[in-house]
Amino acid sequence: MTVLAHSPSMTVADRLKDGFSCAFIGLLLGIPMLGLTTVDEGGALRVMTRWPSLALFVGIVFVGRIVLQMIKQSFARRRASRPAKPRGAVEGSSRIQSIIGWGGLGLAAAMPIVFSDNRYVVDTATTVLIYVMLGWGLNVVVGLAGLLDLGYVAFYAVGAYTYALLSTQFGWGFWEALPVAGGVAASFGVILGWPTLRLRGDYLAIVTLGFGEIIRLILVNWTDFSGGPNGISSIPRPGLFGFTFSPPGSGTSIVEALGIDYAPTQRIVFLYYVILALALLTNLFVRSMRKLPTGRAWEAVREDEIACKAMGINVTNVKLAAFAIGAMLGGFAGVFFAARQGFISPESFTFSESAIILAIVVLGGMGSQMGVVLASLVLVLLPELGRDFAEYRMLLFGTAMVLIMVWRPGGILSHRAPTLVYVAPGEQA
Amino acid sequence: MAQAIQQLINGLTLGAVYGLIAIGYTMVYGIIGMINFAHGDIYMVSAFIAVTSFTLMAAFGVSSVPFALLAVLVVAIAFTSIYGWAVERIAYRPLRGSNRLAPLISAIGMSIFLQNMVQVTQGARVKPITPMLTDGFDLFREGTFTVRLFHSQVLIILVTVALMAAFTYLITRTSFGRQQRACEQDRTVTLILGYNVDRIISLTFMIGASLAAVAGVMVTVYYGVVDFFIGFVVGIKAFTAAVLGGIGSLPGAMLGGLIIGLIEAFWASYLSAEYKDVASFAILIMVLMFRPSGLLGRPEVEKV
Amino acid sequence: MTAQQSLLSVQNLTMRFGGLTAIDDLSLEVPKDSITAIIGPNGAGKTTFFNCLTGFYKPTVGQVVLNHPDRGAIRLADLPSHHVARKAQVVRTFQNIRLFANMTVLENLVVAQHNALQKASAFSIAGLLRLPSYRKAADEAVERAVSWLKRLKLMEFINHPAGALPYGTQRRVEIARALCVDPILLCLDEPAAGLNPKESAELNDLLTYLCREEKVGILLIEHDMSVVMKVSDHICVLNYGRKIAEGTPAQIRVDPHVVKAYLGEDDMEDDIKQGGVAR
Repeated sequence: MTVLAHSPSMTVADRLKDGFSCAFIGLLLGIPMLGLTTVDEGGALRVMTRWPSLALFVGIVFVGRIVLQMIKQSFARRRASRPAKPRGAVEGSSRIQSIIGWGGLGLAAAMPIVFSDNRYVVDTATTVLIYVMLGWGLNVVVGLAGLLDLGYVAFYAVGAYTYALLSTQFGWGFWEALPVAGGVAASFGVILGWPTLRLRGDYLAIVTLGFGEIIRLILVNWTDFSGGPNGISSIPRPGLFGFTFSPPGSGTSIVEALGIDYAPTQRIVFLYYVILALALLTNLFVRSMRKLPTGRAWEAVREDEIACKAMGINVTNVKLAAFAIGAMLGGFAGVFFAARQGFISPESFTFSESAIILAIVVLGGMGSQMGVVLASLVLVLLPELGRDFAEYRMLLFGTAMVLIMVWRPGGILSHRAPTLVYVAPGEQA
Repeated sequence: MAQAIQQLINGLTLGAVYGLIAIGYTMVYGIIGMINFAHGDIYMVSAFIAVTSFTLMAAFGVSSVPFALLAVLVVAIAFTSIYGWAVERIAYRPLRGSNRLAPLISAIGMSIFLQNMVQVTQGARVKPITPMLTDGFDLFREGTFTVRLFHSQVLIILVTVALMAAFTYLITRTSFGRQQRACEQDRTVTLILGYNVDRIISLTFMIGASLAAVAGVMVTVYYGVVDFFIGFVVGIKAFTAAVLGGIGSLPGAMLGGLIIGLIEAFWASYLSAEYKDVASFAILIMVLMFRPSGLLGRPEVEKV
Repeated sequence: MTAQQSLLSVQNLTMRFGGLTAIDDLSLEVPKDSITAIIGPNGAGKTTFFNCLTGFYKPTVGQVVLNHPDRGAIRLADLPSHHVARKAQVVRTFQNIRLFANMTVLENLVVAQHNALQKASAFSIAGLLRLPSYRKAADEAVERAVSWLKRLKLMEFINHPAGALPYGTQRRVEIARALCVDPILLCLDEPAAGLNPKESAELNDLLTYLCREEKVGILLIEHDMSVVMKVSDHICVLNYGRKIAEGTPAQIRVDPHVVKAYLGEDDMEDDIKQGGVAR
């Protein structure tokens, strides 16, 4: 536990010294990576120097450190002078959140109609929603049950490949395959979760990471089954009551049945509404589960497993349920992903994906539904803002993860809304 | 038979590398109770530093291999230990008192940061260096197969043995070693007794990083090529080695490393090269399920 | 007293950790409808005893038998920890308070009723469909929580996060939570730690009420003698894992073994009288 000592104000000299020492460290760290680099020159390497970049970096560290210290000091001073807020009953921030939630929903529903001719916007929004759904699914395991799963992408892959195989080998359609793939993913959740039951945090994380990698390696190498590195292609898109969204002339086209003109964006918009519906169902489902004994038990297991056992709760079943349901939701997302792309390969299911989904859950505040949406928006939109951002995206994400944990270990939106609020008879809520 | 001897040599060499990295994991776990997820990436950083240094040496016309090796080792150890220090200082120290998940997520973030930092600053392509120490001793022949012991392999094994000896001396005979072990047992009391626990922890990270740096230089020489992703898989394997040997036990880490190296070498050559990584992961899962305290570790009893 | 009349029968319980014997051949009968206290110097094995009782440790030797009024004799040492609460209705609290800190007091108490609610929700299906059968069970769970909170005078904290409460209040919440699991034997590990004298007196009243009116058997580990002596019917004294005395408070107060264990022998006074023999 850090002891909050009343630190005296730093003098200008202190600040400068502190800035210089940080800048010096920055210089040392930067020399081998930023200052020097090797470039490919006709097969051999040549050293290239980038001293100006290094100087800039050191300068930024120097200034940044001083600014940071000044900000921290002014915050500390302000907090010391403010009277301590009594940690009382639950605050009303949930009402603002619910307004934002409904507003966001309205926007999301209306968006494709507004942008009906802009395929790019709808496509991007669809990607955002896939990550939102994955984030909400992982949230069950990490945020609610407190099980740090670093191999979540495995269930995403299981869902995708199940649909791919069912549709290309057995002719199943999207809607029939969806529940089955979810069930298969849930079974994998139980299988992969079972060995981790007695493991504590760090080990659990590594083992789940190992499982994620094992699944990926199997998909890459078991070519007969999974198509190997080439993956599976020609995966059919979802239809509506048997009608497809393909151009007229295929016999099953919905535009023929409805007698309207064909537009390529119709399929895109339909896909968007499918993922929107899936995501909303996920949200509703998880929110309901939180209020049910299973969901509350997840949170209790996260808080204190031993106390749970003492209350008679079967912690094993609770954890397996979290894995299974989280996996099922990931599997649903995988089915949609496969259907949308038309093609899947093991490259989409690397550890980096697991890390991204984890980053979304963490940055959004574990346990917070809204936070996951915000984090997904940031994740997907940031690279769209510019090519530079695309390259730096994961770098920024890694940095953000460290910074958020150091600053606010609970995540950005870390207010936990309780599932039960007691209102005495006759009182206002 | 010759094939087996060759794999034995290869496996021991590989295992020595894993062992050096595993020591870093086990030391950090012993002293602050968390897995330094970014440790594998520290190793990767050191490999890149090695590549740059070797290229510099060549550019300066250094032709003596021993000198170049020594110089690169010194440079790599120096810079990598600063990286190790910085990682602890930035991502772990502020979180020392908090819940179990926060430091782990911070570590993962740091790992992602390091991988991408290297990718951005050094380029995403693999980095080759001019091969060195490619000669070796031909040990014996069996039919068309010659068992070869490469100079680079000899180097790795000798360096590892020397380091282990020096390291064991450090931990068991010096006062720093005692302080370090005291810190592992009970950090609070060590603090009360007036020792600078922060410094002990920092030094632990730096030592771990130094060992990883040695491994990084050795691997660069051995394979001749590096890329920004090598830290990930090697990191997991080295961690598996640390767990197999018994987390918290230094001889265990090296023992675990050797075992993992041997299993990998034999699996790849006799069974299937594609699935050799799966073998390592599977070992990890088995050990954690059935004997979590590893081979040389002490079983942990949680206080209720 | 025969084993049949007692609520809990501890038979030759031994707990060894490698070379260390934490509990050594402990036999003890906890009578029905009584408050029994386990006391002893630090390290005597009291919490270890609780852990053996409630399935957190598996005893090396021996057995603990609970004579459940409806379910017969249950061998606790064979049960996993969550069955001890569920099947035997033996519920414990912890020396270091283990509340669900980020959940509210009400949520803590409702989680304690998990098994009944889980059954009513039929694997969450009835819950998801919001069937009236589940809603009724959920309302009853809240009612039960509220009634215990009222009895323990904790209503003002009902919506507060449990981790934010003052220490003494947290202890009481933990007891309220244990009561929501509907125990027939309540095992309290140092319930009076950190309580001021007024709160200790209230704790005494609560324990007496629980035992006499609610017919909950109470087994408590305690260092606070003002609680132990006033409220226990039966005391068992442990030292170095062995039972060194057993009896009523009046008997224990004067038992020479107990005095020796806590205060040491009397030869120091003799030494001083004889002119100070160096120790």
